[in-house]
Amino acid sequence: MELMRKLEILADAAKYDASCASSGAQRKDSRTGKGVGSTGGMGICHSYTPDGRCVSLLKVLLTNSCLYDCHYCINRRSSDVQRARFTPEEVVQLTLDFYKRNYIEGLFLSSGIVRNADHTMEQVIEVARQLREVHDFRGYIHLKTIPEASQALIDKAGTYADRISINIELPTQASLDQLAPEKNIANTKVAMNGIRARIDEVQDARKQARRIMGRPRAKPPTFATGQSTQMIVGADTSSDSVVLHRADELYRDHRLRRVYYGGFSPIPAPSVILPIKPPPLVREHRLYQADWLLRFYGFGVSELVPQSHPDLDLELDPKLSWALRNRALFPVDINRAPRDLLWRVPGLGTVNVERILSARRFSRLHLADLQRMRVSLKKVMPFIMTADHRPRVATLENDHLRLQFLPGPRQLEFDFNPKASATAADALMVRSGQL
Amino acid sequence: MITALIDPTFDSWLKKARELLQGGVYPEQIDWVDATREASLLQEGPIRPKHDAPAVKVPSDFVQLAETVCAHRDERRFAVLYRLLHRLTLGGERHLLKHPSDPDTRQCQIWAKAVGRDIHKMHAFVRFRLIGTDEPTGREQFVAWFEPEHRIVKLACPFFQKRFANMDWSILTPDECAIWDGETLAYLPGVSRLEAPPADAHDDLWRTYYRSVFNPARLKVQAMQSEMPVKYWKNLPEAQIIPSLIAGSDQRVQRMLSSPERPLKPAPDNAYLHSLKTRRANPSVSETHSPTH
Ligand code: SF4
Repeated sequence: MELMRKLEILADAAKYDASCASSGAQRKDSRTGKGVGSTGGMGICHSYTPDGRCVSLLKVLLTNSCLYDCHYCINRRSSDVQRARFTPEEVVQLTLDFYKRNYIEGLFLSSGIVRNADHTMEQVIEVARQLREVHDFRGYIHLKTIPEASQALIDKAGTYADRISINIELPTQASLDQLAPEKNIANTKVAMNGIRARIDEVQDARKQARRIMGRPRAKPPTFATGQSTQMIVGADTSSDSVVLHRADELYRDHRLRRVYYGGFSPIPAPSVILPIKPPPLVREHRLYQADWLLRFYGFGVSELVPQSHPDLDLELDPKLSWALRNRALFPVDINRAPRDLLWRVPGLGTVNVERILSARRFSRLHLADLQRMRVSLKKVMPFIMTADHRPRVATLENDHLRLQFLPGPRQLEFDFNPKASATAADALMVRSGQL
Repeated sequence: MITALIDPTFDSWLKKARELLQGGVYPEQIDWVDATREASLLQEGPIRPKHDAPAVKVPSDFVQLAETVCAHRDERRFAVLYRLLHRLTLGGERHLLKHPSDPDTRQCQIWAKAVGRDIHKMHAFVRFRLIGTDEPTGREQFVAWFEPEHRIVKLACPFFQKRFANMDWSILTPDECAIWDGETLAYLPGVSRLEAPPADAHDDLWRTYYRSVFNPARLKVQAMQSEMPVKYWKNLPEAQIIPSLIAGSDQRVQRMLSSPERPLKPAPDNAYLHSLKTRRANPSVSETHSPTH
């Protein structure tokens, strides 16, 4: 099979994985080496496809043949897609050729499972080994690992990669049993713990190496700087509460860098077990917003999805919904409130909160000051007090406050209920529901 | 009124600004003029330095901000920067840069942000084309054509030097060109687009990749355009196929939705698959951290 056709099949097979980040790697560059590449700092999106997604890495599978039967996946053994396989050398060459033309930040390599977990991992690692050892490639490498692979192989993958990941896929074992019968959440968590232990160990060793003074510096070990995972949303019936509790657990107990939420997307060869549905784009977006609030704004999962509301409001962003449920905490005084309370004001991001903290040291802030910081006054005004503004108590108590924030009528026509069975026309409508 | 004639660069502006500041000149008294455009018509007014004035110290965070802001194409930038500098130093408003709602500080931050974004987009959207290999050294040689929105070549190119130290490359732009030969990063005047090679043999493979990673079931054209504005498209090989991808997406989704559901295939007789049934980790260990719901 010619290379172009393989690329077509194996890129198509990999595109349902949402993660494409290339940030957070150790700083390194090509000046002291023989090859090309640099990492460190912000990742770069080298292009965007018309689905609005960033193209940062050459994201391909080594092969799309697979022993498993995950029903949401185009590559499952029951699917009738055409199968292809790259040789390690082909992937290495493509990565280098694309990298030198500045098309990409590096490689994201994954694979269908062939023969067994260890054999598959060995093939994936071989590509990374050649890139690093033969070509002195210093760009970004992200390797997908298989939880059932031996710890020694996962360790080895980590020494070549900047990031490694294992997809949790679905938030509960019950859902996995139904839709990905070969996968096991307990195995995944054990493997994530193993990776986390290695990351911590190597970071400690690096710190110590830096501390050793007066001796020629011991070369610190290298290992991936982080792990991430993906959860598919909308394929099973789990509520947002279940999804977010699982994500929160992964952040806290396994110290993942990122949890990606991939809306279950229609695939060309659907399974009888899992009829296709339109992708739950709005739900996915709300989950990312909630995730952000968990990680950077000090929110707890049960504040965002309390027992009375196990699913996020699709029409309003999660911070605003939370504020509307907790009106007694408002209005917040912009000139006095501590940082963590300012974070909770709908319409104020962390950057603007820092600006407010800085500016109010010099003068009492008025609405005009907020406007100059490009804060959306319409959104914040019901929730704040400034030197020249205090919302009428009636506004906050008013039951119509929610209505004021709802999107325009055009978007309300869409049926966003992800659990409803959908027609082709629904699917097209949801697709145009841009946020 | 004093006419300050400068090249529209940071170095030239900073040198002149220091002189003016030392002379105690007020911002309202200066007319900043781009010497590369209007030089022949104008004469610079004399600046009388105040010999007795103590040397004015320019704060380093201002210098950093000014370097970025100077790359912006807005004609008011030199005047606003000088006003900011004057207020910071002679005006005694030492904390001005930490005052995000001050109009001058805010304006400079907005310009700096726009320049920062342009630099980031240059790092992202430059496309190198292979033009040959240098025989004696074996180094591959690449050329790129790029049209930045602001005058950012000098700010953006050290990145390429670090990343592509072991290949020869040039980046041509209408303002300025950067050339790296493995030893020095040189800057030359701008050139016309015609000097750049039109295409690279790998562009086709790249377009194939781009086409294959696009998911037609999630069309979000606005999201793409806000991150990759149309003005960059003409120099991106993959952008040529964007219209056809968008136009064909409806049909592809229809085909998926009407595609028959595939039956299950039985598991093959594979030792590893059999072993999976017995290798599940001990659930009592793993579920100690189970989510509380
Ligand atoms: S293991 Fe499952 S998700 Fe991964 S390629 Fe195979 S079928 Fe797809």
